[in-house]
Amino acid sequence: MAVSLGFHIVFAVIGIGMPLLMVVAEGLGLRRRDPVYLELARQWARGVAILFAVGAVSGTVLSFELGLLWPTFMAYAGGIIGMPFSLEGFAFFTEAIFLGIHLYGWDRVPPRAHWLAGVAVAASGVASGIFVVTANAWMNAPAGFRVVDNRVVDIDPLAAMLNPAALQQVTHMTLAAYVATGFGVAGVHAFFLLRDRTSALHRRAFGIALAVAAVTIPLQIASGDWIARMLAARQPAKLAALEGLYRTRAGAPITIGGLADDDRQALRGGLELPGALSVLVHGDAGATVTGLDAFPRTDWPDVRTVHLAFDAMVALGLGMLGLAAWAAWLAWRRRGLPDARPFLRAMVAAAPAGFLAIEAGWIVTELGRQPWIIHGVMRTADAVTPMPGLAATFTLFTLVYLLLATIVVVLLRRGFLETAPPRAGARAPAPPPPP
Amino acid sequence: MSVPALQLVPALAVLAGLVLYALSGGADYGGGMWDLLASGPRARRQRDAIEAAIAPIWEANHVWLILVIVVLFTAFPAGFGALMTALHVPLTGVLIGVVLRGSAFAFRKYDRPDDRVHARWSRVFGVASFLTPFFLGLCVGGVASGAIRVAAGRVTSGYLAGWTTPFAIGCGLFAQGLFAFLAATYLTADTGSDPEVQEDFRRRALASGVLLAPAAALVLALAWLGAPRLAAQVAAAWALPLVAATVAAALAALLALRRRRFGAARLAAAATVALIVVGWARAQFPYLIVPDVTFTASATAPSTLRALTGALAAGALLLFPCFAYLFHVFKRRSAAPARGTH
Repeated sequence: MAVSLGFHIVFAVIGIGMPLLMVVAEGLGLRRRDPVYLELARQWARGVAILFAVGAVSGTVLSFELGLLWPTFMAYAGGIIGMPFSLEGFAFFTEAIFLGIHLYGWDRVPPRAHWLAGVAVAASGVASGIFVVTANAWMNAPAGFRVVDNRVVDIDPLAAMLNPAALQQVTHMTLAAYVATGFGVAGVHAFFLLRDRTSALHRRAFGIALAVAAVTIPLQIASGDWIARMLAARQPAKLAALEGLYRTRAGAPITIGGLADDDRQALRGGLELPGALSVLVHGDAGATVTGLDAFPRTDWPDVRTVHLAFDAMVALGLGMLGLAAWAAWLAWRRRGLPDARPFLRAMVAAAPAGFLAIEAGWIVTELGRQPWIIHGVMRTADAVTPMPGLAATFTLFTLVYLLLATIVVVLLRRGFLETAPPRAGARAPAPPPPP
Repeated sequence: MSVPALQLVPALAVLAGLVLYALSGGADYGGGMWDLLASGPRARRQRDAIEAAIAPIWEANHVWLILVIVVLFTAFPAGFGALMTALHVPLTGVLIGVVLRGSAFAFRKYDRPDDRVHARWSRVFGVASFLTPFFLGLCVGGVASGAIRVAAGRVTSGYLAGWTTPFAIGCGLFAQGLFAFLAATYLTADTGSDPEVQEDFRRRALASGVLLAPAAALVLALAWLGAPRLAAQVAAAWALPLVAATVAAALAALLALRRRRFGAARLAAAATVALIVVGWARAQFPYLIVPDVTFTASATAPSTLRALTGALAAGALLLFPCFAYLFHVFKRRSAAPARGTH
């Protein structure tokens, strides 16, 4: 399940971010009557088609897997958080319909309608992401029901969907999708620009992707801070684990790096910034922050992994912020596309950064919630299927996923290398995709 | 055995989802089978016709299955949990099939336009198209068999009950045949511009359609042993008109195919499939899993059911115009009514 999700999240994120880039390119192409932008939109659409197909099947697998692996959880929670999943189903439907029109309708619908279909794809992609994340947020901040004698009563599906963690998590995940896609795509096109800085197609592509990335990364870091405050209020054990804070104390530090040691209740190594955590959470260097010692040890997550994953996520985020600042500075100085070679090289290197940050963040939020599957309500161990031989199913799916990922990478790589035009304008517009 | 309206709405939504999935996604599976079986001098043209018919809409067709799953677990979480436990193995088979089929289809389109590569993806696509409906049929057979026992919300009959019986295997094979027939009939209506290929699919549709009659009789016979409750329903008052209508639709489809009235054949074949799904659902109602889990017993709280009903209504209002537009864009060239919009 974790592997499926870790795999699906990448495709889901591209499925949210990529249509935006595609729509921007097509919109610019239509407005400025610029065939290069339109050609770019077509090429991006091909990539979206492959990724959507794989994202769709991995999403189908997940909807089943929820039940196959966690039947007890689903029997318990289905009635409470099924709503966002049902809505997600509709959003996904809309996305699939308009993607069909977009991919196969270049010469069948008027340009404006075609662009609007792209907008519908982008919007429904965001909507389905939002719905799914509200369900995950509910696992962190369960709401909208009461438990009486081990039975769920007073279900309010709307309150469950609009749980206290929903808005923060939704914002963080949606921005993450744009950041990761922005940096990923910018990195790919930076690679081609390093070979040929005059390519009109890659200059435009790099410009759009970089703009999306640079605008969203500062917002993303702000939303991360917002989540930390929410955690301090609602899941203090999780916050303590991800900061590696064992003892409740005033003037709590932020420790960068360091291996957590549960027995000694301390981090080994790491760089301490005194009082920083108290400032971040409460705005006061002297304020008290709850540590893990406030909770029974059976309620602790895997502190070592969670803390390191959290630091990795933050480091990647700050690194991307630095790149965005560099880009802004270059753009301001040159009054144009920042295409200095060292910057392009840095962007190539940063292409996977957003996705790595998402995977790290996924580890933080999921492992940080352990041992609970529903925070404070149900333990993960009680929710798993009693099916024997689960390892076999699990291995099977992991292998299938690895295979799919390899094929996708090979196809995308080949698609880019083979269709990359040598020089701007020197290439006839691509033939329409076969109907 | 009446079921409150609040529970009936999501149950009907599940049924509608299954019918639409059979009519659209089922035909896509059938298309994949004919892709694998494409033969003779026009094999390549047959494959191209299949691809053209499936390509723009198969993603959308596929979402019906997801819709069925999410409505089931939202409205009937207890029953859903039991289903997923008892049918773990065949459902995993369905999933693997869905994954391979969907990705092979996309990869085939975007990989090198090289015949050998094309053939390799086609084989994966075709084999997965054969296996997935078989596993789906096993699941249907398992649910109807009465062998899956559930006590206090827990499955007590293990992981092999129900779906390993001859009846369930019969259901699996019948599902394959049914979808092959449906796809071939649809394809006759889609290939008006290439009369030779149209004739190929007409022969395939007639052959598979004629074979369905003994297959259906065999499944019914197996039901007597493998799903007694289901079989007993054949004698119920509602059964006779429904069975008669199904047989009439099937005969109409065959007749229309014989006379080359392809638009009418498509409608009649779709009606046949829809009636078969509805007949199965009616025969096992009010049970979600025969004989221990009813819709009523596994339904969630009324507040969720009410919210879900609202969401389903709003979703339908959003979806149907979108679907109409999709089919308008891609299927308007064929004279016959668009597939899947009934």
